[in-house]
Parts: sequence; structure tokens; C-alpha cells
Amino acid sequence: MSDTPAIELRDVIKRFGETPAVDRVSLQIGDGEFFSLLGPSGCGKTTTLRMIAGFEYPSSGEMLIHGRSMATIPPHRRPVNTVFQSYALFPHMSVEQNVAFGLQMQRLPKQEIAPRVSEALELVRLGHLAQRRPNQLSGGQQQRVALARALVNQPEVLLLDEPLGALDQKLRKEMQLELKSLQHRVGITFIFVTHDQEEALTMSDRIAVMNQGKVLQVGSPTEIYERPTCRFVADFIGETNFIDGEVVESDGGYSSIVTPDGLRLRGLAPRTLPAGSAATLSIRPEKLRLTTLEQAGPEQVAALPVSVELVSYIGSDTRITVRLNEQRTLDVWEQNRRSTLDRNAYWQPGEQALLFCPPDNALVLAE
Amino acid sequence: MRLYWPSEQGSAASSSCKRTKEECRLAFDLIERTRVQRDRRNLMALLLPGLLWLLLFFALPLLIILLYSFIVSGPRGNLIWQATVGNYTDLFTRAIYLNAYLRSIWISLLTTLICLLLGYPLALFIVRQPPHVRTLLLFLVLIPFWTNFLVRIYAWQIILANNGLINSSLRALGFAPIQLLNTEGATLIGLVYGDLPFMVLPLYAAIDRFDFTLMEAAADLGASRRQAFLRVMVPLTMPGIVAGSVLVFIPTLGQFVVSELLGGAKVDYLGNLIQRLFLRSNPPNWPLGSAMAIVMMLLLLAFILWYFRISREEDR
Repeated sequence: MSDTPAIELRDVIKRFGETPAVDRVSLQIGDGEFFSLLGPSGCGKTTTLRMIAGFEYPSSGEMLIHGRSMATIPPHRRPVNTVFQSYALFPHMSVEQNVAFGLQMQRLPKQEIAPRVSEALELVRLGHLAQRRPNQLSGGQQQRVALARALVNQPEVLLLDEPLGALDQKLRKEMQLELKSLQHRVGITFIFVTHDQEEALTMSDRIAVMNQGKVLQVGSPTEIYERPTCRFVADFIGETNFIDGEVVESDGGYSSIVTPDGLRLRGLAPRTLPAGSAATLSIRPEKLRLTTLEQAGPEQVAALPVSVELVSYIGSDTRITVRLNEQRTLDVWEQNRRSTLDRNAYWQPGEQALLFCPPDNALVLAE
Repeated sequence: MRLYWPSEQGSAASSSCKRTKEECRLAFDLIERTRVQRDRRNLMALLLPGLLWLLLFFALPLLIILLYSFIVSGPRGNLIWQATVGNYTDLFTRAIYLNAYLRSIWISLLTTLICLLLGYPLALFIVRQPPHVRTLLLFLVLIPFWTNFLVRIYAWQIILANNGLINSSLRALGFAPIQLLNTEGATLIGLVYGDLPFMVLPLYAAIDRFDFTLMEAAADLGASRRQAFLRVMVPLTMPGIVAGSVLVFIPTLGQFVVSELLGGAKVDYLGNLIQRLFLRSNPPNWPLGSAMAIVMMLLLLAFILWYFRISREEDR
């Protein structure tokens, strides 16, 4: 069991009419993993989830759950349960009846259902609301009922379709942590669909970033953030500066590019890029370094003279826009590590400075 | 020249202010009171025509019928003002009347059930269509209402007659014709035909409000399509089922046109008997007809109350 992945997709395509909603997606999701499908709306993440649940069938390709093909298995015979975006609680049933529904469908004896239902409700800390109707609950409580209703069936895989989308910011943060710890306790594979990159980074063991029906990159949150393999992923996850140019030199995992305005920058190249090809250097604002002219040591290479243009103080960070030349500005974030009211400790617009772009912090990506 | 200290000035100002405030309040109260009175007068004026209408054309006739049901019918059909419960004992002891009640209840239940079985899939189908198709289909459901009901029933005579549409087709195909017109089956067909829109429309409204994600949720939790339908969809569309059933059952119980024109008046339904007692029998018997009508109304009332009760329990 440990060797076969909980979920496996092989070259799955799903077409609605002409356009493919999911385009040749292959994924292997391990047992007990917290796996996120991340992407903008319309990227095919929900369709992928719905194919795993059985509400849609692939136009071509294969879908396996623990090695078993799901091609002919209807949703009610699959060992998965879903937490719907709208929760989809049965409004004519009490919380308790909602949670018991799945067990009743399995035709379990009554004396077995009751304790499991109350156990599931305790798990999401809703035991005291068992007799309420869904419309008498808050959004967060409804969300937890939906969770209990799915988990009580002890599915092999739990599917979550943007379950936190309807909650306010604070509750969302709470539920993120709660979901994560819940997953640790029950040890079930979670497949989590979201368009919120921060949510995906916080909760997931691994993330698949999707766009236009394709999976662009699969990796741990650190890999996805620190080593995006394409421009879309770098752009979608977090903030970044893009500098377009042409590759002039590649060696030992690094590439150098030259921009039309004459900058020469070096960065890590995940793939070896032939000289002359178009490429983009991506560097995250917090990984650029800004120093005053006096601080500059002789050992520093590739220091770019810049002028500070905009400074926004946002508490934990200061976000600075620096101008390199007529056409180009870059964003630099500095952490405010020292507590001070001294104006000189912060950058002022108009100041001249030196910008360092460490090659180990930058990535050169093919177009 | 008097000098006011600011405080004095202030108090003088505030006292004059107080007076005007008091006056304001009184004036406001007066306005408010007249407004309330005027509102109440307007309400009465608006309600009066409706109340008069109900009193004259609903309550009064009902009272007259109730009164008639307790007096004696004379030998030439005249009314003899003498109190009696004889009409009611007649109804409950003579087979012809009892049978009419049972037959009417039976055919009304059957009509309601068939309308429900035909109407539910139809309403569901309409809801599942894209919006413009939906409008068109609803329009088609309503189109029969553009023609007089009687005319449409005559049309069914043409379809069902011995040399009608169905039988001439059968003959052309080499089959023996079958007796369709003037049977109870024809009555049932006519009733279902006439009542189906009354079932479809409330069902459509109820199913339209149904969130189909709940069917996916049920399937996800292990319910087969049948189980999901019975456990989730039926309870949640119960208001439509109740409204449709009531709208079909009530007029069917008292109908007499369909059974006369399509059923050939071979067997007596409640509506036919009542109509005959009032208009056709020689001599007419208004008191007995009134008693029949009163009992029918009570039956309907009991049926509806019972139906609302069970459907609400279903919901719970």
C-alpha cells in the first residue's frame, strides 16, 4: 500500500466542447500527503478534483485510487469524500443527521453510527450543536460540519474544494492551522484546491501549480517559491521582479543575461540555456540588497547604482521602489529588524544607493 | 441697557427653546395621531370592497348551501322549511352516494398520482435546460390555457372516438379498434391532461430553487441516485409536491365535465351527482345536493390538513 500512490493521474484530459479544461495532467499523490492544487480561477484545478470525486469522467487518460482504476466507478462507490466550496450541507437535516448520512448509506447498524457521529463532531468541536440545522450555524461552523460529514466515513482521500473561500480573513487563518493539525491526527490524504498561494504554502506538503489546464510545476512549498521553473509560477507565487534579456553565457548551473538597457546580471539556471536565447531573470524583492554608497565594500560585485524612488513603510517591512534608469524600476523589501524612530534608519526618496543582485538569489528562466 | 451673563442668556434661550420643543412635541403627536387614524381609515377603505365581495359571493352562498342541506325537499322539488338531518343519513346509507364518494376519491387520487409521476420528471427536465429553452418549454406548458377547457375536451373526443385518430390509425395498421371513448380510462386521460400544468408549475418553482450540488454531496457520501433522490431531493422539493397535489386533487374531486364528455356519464362521480340533483333530476333535490357538496368540502378540508401534516413531517 505504501508504494502505490493514493491517487494517480496518467495523462488525464478533460474537454468541455472544444477547449480542454484539463490538459494532459499526470500526478502521483502519496499516502497521507497534504497536496494542494493551486492556480487562478479557470485553470482546471476544480475539474481535476471533480474527476477524482467522480462527478466528471476524463475524456482520456487514466485515474487510479490506490492502484484501482476509477474509469467505471461512480462517485458513490469511490473511497473519497469531498468538502464542497459551498459546503452543500443538507438543509432539511440536523447537523447530526448530516454527519450520519454517509454511514447510513453504508447501512451500518444504528448503534455503530451514533458513537461515530458524536466522535466526528467532537473532532471538529461541534458536539454541542448536534441538533441544530445548518442555517442556524455560522459560516465557520458550517465548514466544520462539512468536514465532519466527510471525515466520519474514514475516506482514503479527502478532497477539499476551496473550503475556506467563504470565510473571513481571521477565521481563515485559524481554519488553515486547524485543517493542517486535523490532517496530522487522522492521517488521511488531503487534496486541497485553492487559488490562494499563501494558503497553499502554509498548509501543503506538496503543491501542483496549474494554469490553463496544465500542471506547470509540482514541488514542496519551498521548491515552488525558491526554485520556480517558469515565469508563470514565479509570478503567481509571491512577488518577484522580472528582468527580460538575452543569454550571453552559461556555465556550471549559472547563466548571465544582458538586457536591452545594458544591464548584465547572473543567476541560477535550472536548465542550461544556449547563448543568444531569450530569458528572464527573476529575483524576489526580499532577496535584493540595498546599501548606501559608503557601505559598499570592494569585494561586492555587480553593484548597480540606483536612486530610491518610493518608500512604503508597512510595519514589518519597508517596501522600496528603486530606479535603475529611465525605463526600469525594481522592488526591494527590507525587513525592519531594529525598532527605531530615527528617520535616518529608513530610506528616503531621492537617496542614491547601490543595489546588489546576488546570483544565488536570482533565477534565469526560459520564456 | 441690560447685560446678560452668558449663563443667563443661555438659560433664557434654553427655556424658550424648551417651550417650542414642548409645542413641537404636541404638534407632532397630533400629526402622528391623525396619521395613524388616517392610516386605519385607509386600510378599512381598501379592505372593504374585498370583504364585501367575499361576504356576498363566498360566505353567503356557502351559508345558503349549509342551510339547504338541513331542510326537506318537497315532492315537486320545492323547498320545505323544516329542519332535518335526513339528507345526511341518506348520503351515508345509500350505496349510490357512498359509491360516488369512493369513486371520486379514488379517481382524484389516481389523477394526482399520475400527474405527479408525469409532472416531476417533466419539471425536472425543464429546470435542467438552458434559460432560453426553459422559457420556451414553460410557455408550451401554458399554451393549452389559451383555449377553452371544454373545447380541448371535445378535441379529446375526436382523438378517442371509435372512428377517431387512435382507432383509425390502429385500423390502418391492421389492428382491431378498441373502445376508448366513454370509458373510465378516457375520464382519467382527460383529467390528467387537464390538470398536468397545475402540477408542473409548482413543481418547477420548487425544483428551480433546489441546489443540485446537494445531489453531488449525497453521491459523494455513498448515496445511489435513487437514494439521493428520495433522501435529499424529494424532501427539499416537498413544498412543490404538496402545492401541485392540492391544486390537482381539489378540482378533480368535484369535476363533472370530463366524466360526462369522455366517460360517457356511465358511472356517477360526485360532481355529476351534485349537478344532476340540482339541475337535471326530476324533481330536483337541492337539499340533498347541498348536503353532498358540504360533505365533499369537509372531505377536502380533511384531506388537505392531513396532507400538509404528513408532508411537514417528511420535511422534519
